Amino acid sequence: MMANQRKEITDDLFVHEPLEEGKAEELSESPTSFWREALGRLFKNKGAVMGLITIIVISVLAIAGPIMNSYHYDDQDILRSNLPPLIPGLEWMGLDGTNVDGVNIYEQQGVTDAPAWAGTDEFGRDLWTRVWKGTQISLLIALVAAFLDLMIGVIYGAASGFYGGKVDDIMQRIVEILIGIPNLILIILFILILEPGITSIILALVITGWVNMSRIVRGQILQLKGQEFVLASRALGSSNKQLLWKHLIPNVVGPIIVTLMFTIPTAIFFEAFLSFIGLGLQPPLASLGTLIEDGYQEMRYFAYKLIFPAIVISAIMISFNVLGDGLRDALDPKMRK
Amino acid sequence: MLRYILQRSGYMIVTLFIIVTITFFLMQLLPGTPFSNPDKLSERQLELMEEKYGLDKPVPVQYITYIGNLLQGDLGLSFQYEGRTVGSMIGERIGPSALIGGQAVVIGLLLGVVLGVISALKHNSFLDYGSVFIAVLGMSIPSFVFAALLQYYIGVRLEWLPAALWKDYSHSFLPSIALSVLVIATVARFIRTEMLEVLGQDYVNTARAKGIGEVVVILKHVLRNALIPVVTVLGPLAVSIMTGTLVVEKIFAVPGLGEQFTLSILVNDYSVIMGITLFYSALFIFIVFVVDILYGVLDPRIRITGGKNDG
Repeated sequence: MMANQRKEITDDLFVHEPLEEGKAEELSESPTSFWREALGRLFKNKGAVMGLITIIVISVLAIAGPIMNSYHYDDQDILRSNLPPLIPGLEWMGLDGTNVDGVNIYEQQGVTDAPAWAGTDEFGRDLWTRVWKGTQISLLIALVAAFLDLMIGVIYGAASGFYGGKVDDIMQRIVEILIGIPNLILIILFILILEPGITSIILALVITGWVNMSRIVRGQILQLKGQEFVLASRALGSSNKQLLWKHLIPNVVGPIIVTLMFTIPTAIFFEAFLSFIGLGLQPPLASLGTLIEDGYQEMRYFAYKLIFPAIVISAIMISFNVLGDGLRDALDPKMRK
Repeated sequence: MLRYILQRSGYMIVTLFIIVTITFFLMQLLPGTPFSNPDKLSERQLELMEEKYGLDKPVPVQYITYIGNLLQGDLGLSFQYEGRTVGSMIGERIGPSALIGGQAVVIGLLLGVVLGVISALKHNSFLDYGSVFIAVLGMSIPSFVFAALLQYYIGVRLEWLPAALWKDYSHSFLPSIALSVLVIATVARFIRTEMLEVLGQDYVNTARAKGIGEVVVILKHVLRNALIPVVTVLGPLAVSIMTGTLVVEKIFAVPGLGEQFTLSILVNDYSVIMGITLFYSALFIFIVFVVDILYGVLDPRIRITGGKNDG
């Protein structure tokens, strides 16, 4: 842009300063790449870094959490039912094995074996194990759904934007109708038809989820395809396929990553939402949604059953949102607000 | 403008028709029967029941009948509640939903604007960071988690407000607050960015240079212009509120549309599920339509481009 406005200053007006001895090496160093710069901007954003760290910690716990103690996520033990959380050393935080009235349930029920760090449910299943197992399943559902959204969305959006004309018109009419339906309703209808389970939840999420991604990709491709480098590449004889995959898609990676960062928490939210209204996973399997639903049912007497999964899901949602915001600012400095 | 409205109305009708069709055929695919305890019914009884609801006819005939009835505003009979029409069920449940939804929008807009304005005026101060943090929390924490915690701490432990049920006006407070959080967060974020942008515009400097008081500048010049784009988030917000009512009404036992919907799902009451689905979709499409028109009316700078917008 700037170069265009100052056309009257032509190159021959400039006299080259002779290079100092030994400086040539330094200058020929490759300039900071776009991605390195973006990463630098991202790491300057304290919120985004915290979000990233939280996501890593939670992911590690989701994998390692269930094997950190000796309980399996579906081990039932009636003697250990409804134990409040107890972490030796953290009694001052309220994790002292007492209930709302201050009665130590461990002493009352004569439980002497390993304490339940996050308490147990009515069947005596260890909630620490169950919450991290549930996090594992929720994250798995979200990641697979986000990946499928990505695939369908990018291909659909790129095709629609790249070919344009009639193809674009028809493809966009379909998208408009899909956007017209509140997606939650469509998700619920699909879950009703497919039996509840991990696969059906993923499918139901993908049915509406890809639309957003496709719109972002299409918008970007429409903007890009009029630019000179595309024309240049075409003039040099690249095929449509090469043009799309070598030139256009790589330039859309930024917005795709940002959209992906917001797709994951949306998927986690919808999964939990479905479980909460009774359309989610069936016991003994657990997801964050089913755990919150179970905890909610008994919240009056055993608030810890609700609070622990609620904290985990909120932490995941907040982290992904903050990281998504950070990435958007980092990848697109123009949009920085 | 008139042409645009007509064109959009045409699109609306086509979209609705497609939604009706999709919903109808999805309903045909549902497993199970809509009658409770089909095992207890004799074959003759089942036949009579199917005849009563027209389920004995071939699917295309059922479809045409359904569309025909729909055009006359008839959504059919409930399978679970003897002799109740879906229309009347929606009619009597819409009140509570509209009340808590409406209150949520009002609370959300007011608090959201206040937070956003504070944030923008005290840019990069602790107040700013504080309200940005609140906005992030509000956008991230799922509505049902927030509603459940609100019910537990405010309703059960502190007993400040009624924890559930629908007796008098005060019972609408907690559900409305639970629903408003997302609105507060969205509006606050939006107002903040818009205000920061408007504050940097030349006309704001001009207004100040003319000696207009700061309060008037902020209210009449900055806030007014920053408010216009907020109209665009009203559509998506309406959807989130509708989604929110499904669970929030379940949590607070509000006899609204969302509660009926979740209830009907659990008992396979097809006609009610379809009726409410269509109602929600129609409402959503209508809100988006109104928002688009409103935006064009409020801000003459926006040129309406035949309903197409990219990105």
